Amino acid sequence: MSAITRKEVEHVANLARLTLTEEEVQRYTNDLNAILAFAAKLNELDTSDVPPTSHATDVHNVMRDDENRPSLPLDAVLKNAPDHEDGQFKVPAVFE
Amino acid sequence: MSQFETVIGLEVHAELSTRSKIFCGCPTEFGAPPNTHTCPICLGHPGVLPVVNRQAVEFAMKAALALNCEISRETKFDRKNYFYPDLPKAYQISQYDQPIGKNGWIEIEVNGIKKRIGINRLHLEEDAGKLTHSEYGGGSLVDYNRVGVPLVEIVSEPDIRSPEEAKAYLEKLKAILQYTGVSDVKMEQGSLRCDANVSIRPVGQKEFGTKTELKNMNSFRNVQLGLEYEVERQIQVVTSGGQVTQETRRWDEASKKTVVMRSKEEAHDYRYFPDPDLVRMQISEEWIEAVRQSIPELPDARKARYVQEYGLSSADAEVITISKESADFFDRATATGADPKAVANWLMGDLFGYLNANSLEFADIKLTPEGLGEMIKLIEKGTISTKIAKTVFKEMLETGKNPAAIVEEKGLVQISDEGALKKIVDDVIAANPQSVQDYLGGKKQAIGFLVGQVMKQTKGKANPPLVNKLLAEAIEKL
Repeated sequence: MSAITRKEVEHVANLARLTLTEEEVQRYTNDLNAILAFAAKLNELDTSDVPPTSHATDVHNVMRDDENRPSLPLDAVLKNAPDHEDGQFKVPAVFE
Repeated sequence: MSQFETVIGLEVHAELSTRSKIFCGCPTEFGAPPNTHTCPICLGHPGVLPVVNRQAVEFAMKAALALNCEISRETKFDRKNYFYPDLPKAYQISQYDQPIGKNGWIEIEVNGIKKRIGINRLHLEEDAGKLTHSEYGGGSLVDYNRVGVPLVEIVSEPDIRSPEEAKAYLEKLKAILQYTGVSDVKMEQGSLRCDANVSIRPVGQKEFGTKTELKNMNSFRNVQLGLEYEVERQIQVVTSGGQVTQETRRWDEASKKTVVMRSKEEAHDYRYFPDPDLVRMQISEEWIEAVRQSIPELPDARKARYVQEYGLSSADAEVITISKESADFFDRATATGADPKAVANWLMGDLFGYLNANSLEFADIKLTPEGLGEMIKLIEKGTISTKIAKTVFKEMLETGKNPAAIVEEKGLVQISDEGALKKIVDDVIAANPQSVQDYLGGKKQAIGFLVGQVMKQTKGKANPPLVNKLLAEAIEKL
C-alpha cells in the first residue's frame, strides 16, 4: 500500500471543495496514512478466490414498480434553499 | 483524397420512457413548472433511501439486447462524484465497471456500403437538473425536475470514420430505441443527446491521435456540422505544424464553430465507488429471455421485409423504416390492400414533403394511413385520376375525411364514360385545327395540348388514358 502524500490530500480536498489550513493538511496526511496502515492488516489474508465485495449485505434485486407517488409541494421543496427565485433554486453564477 | 483518417466515437444519452423516476415516484413528464416534480429522494435530502425502478432496468436490458449487447448477470450502481449545482447530492448515481450491457454492435449503411459499428457499453444512470442564468442577474437558477429521470448512456467503439457515418449511426440508434419503445428519442426536448470523441491520424497509422470531446450538438444536423468543423480544425492544426490539445469543446451554433470548454488539466476526477444505498442486481437468464421476447421487429428486419415482400428499393425501404412512425404508417396503409409501391411513393413524396414544408410530425396530421390506402385504391380502380388524387390528398390532410366521401362531396369522380367524353373530344378537335394539323404532320407531342384542353373542360376529371385513346381515334377518322 503506497503512502498518502501531502499532494494527494490537497488534491482530494480540492475535489471536495474543502479549504484546509497548513496544520490540517499535515494532520490529515498523518491520519489517512494511519488508517490505511490499520486496514493494511487485511492484506495478510489470501483473498485470491474471493470476488470483490461491493456491499456488506447479501440482499439483491430490491426494486419498485413504475408507479407515481406525490411530489413535494413547491414551498416545501424550496424551504431549505438559501436563496430562490421564480420557483427555482438560486446558486452562485455558474459558467461552463 | 485527404492524407488523414478521421476517428470518431459517440456517447449517446437517451431518457427512458418510464412513468416515474429511476429511484423515486416523481413523474418524468417534460415541461412541468420548475421543481414541481421533486421529492426528498431526488432532491438528495439526508437519510432518504433510493429504490430502483424495475421498468428502468428492464428498458435498459431491452435497449442493450436490441443493440446486440451481452447482458451483465451481476451488476450494480456506483456514485460518480462531482460538485456542480445540477446535481443536488454532489454525485450522480451511474454504473462504472458493471454496465447492464456490453460488447454490442449496430449496422449502418453509407453510400451503399454496410458497416458494423461496435458498442462498447450501455449503462443505466440518473439524469441531472437544468441550469439557467437568472434574468435579474447575480446567479444561476436550478430546476431539479429532470434529476432522477432514467437514462441509458450508450458508448460506441471508435469505429466511426466520417461525420456521415456518425449521422447514420445516430439515426439507426435512434430508430432502434424508438422501435423498442424504451425512449421517445426527441433531440429537441433533450430526451436524446449526443457527445463525440474526435481525433485524426495519418492514413496507415495504427495509434489514435489526441482526441477532443465535443458537446452541445443538439440536433442531427448540428452533430454532422460540429464533427465536420472539428475534423477540419484538427487537420489545420496538424498541417500547420501544431498539435491537437486534449480538451472538451462545445459546438456553438451561432458562430458555427467549436470552442474550448475545459482542458484536460481541469478534467474531473470522479472517484467512483459502489453506491451503498442500492443493493446489487442479479439478472437471471429467464429475465433476459423474457425481455428478449418482448423486442418487436427492428428497423433492419423491417427494411429487409419491405425489400423482399413488397419489392421496394433498399434506399426507399431505408427512408421509410428509419422512423417508426413512417414505417407504422406504411404498414397500416398497405394493410388496406393498396399497392405497396404506390403507398411508398405517396408517403415519401407528397406526405414527407408536406410534413417537412410545415415542420409537422405524423402525430400532428389528420390524414390516416387507412385513408391514404383507400385513396390509392380509388386510383387503382380508375374512380379518380392521379391528378385528382392530389386534390383529394390535400383535403384529407386538412380534414381527415375518408377519400370516398371527399370524391362524392366534391363531385370528383373521374369521367370514364366514353359517350360523355367523345362529345368534348370532338369539340376540342373542332376548336383547335392547328394542333390537329401539327399532330397529323408528325408532331406527335401536339396531342398533349389537346389532352390538356379536354382536361380543362372537364375540370381535370377526365380519365387521361381514355382521353388519349379517344383523341387519337377521332383524329384518325378525320
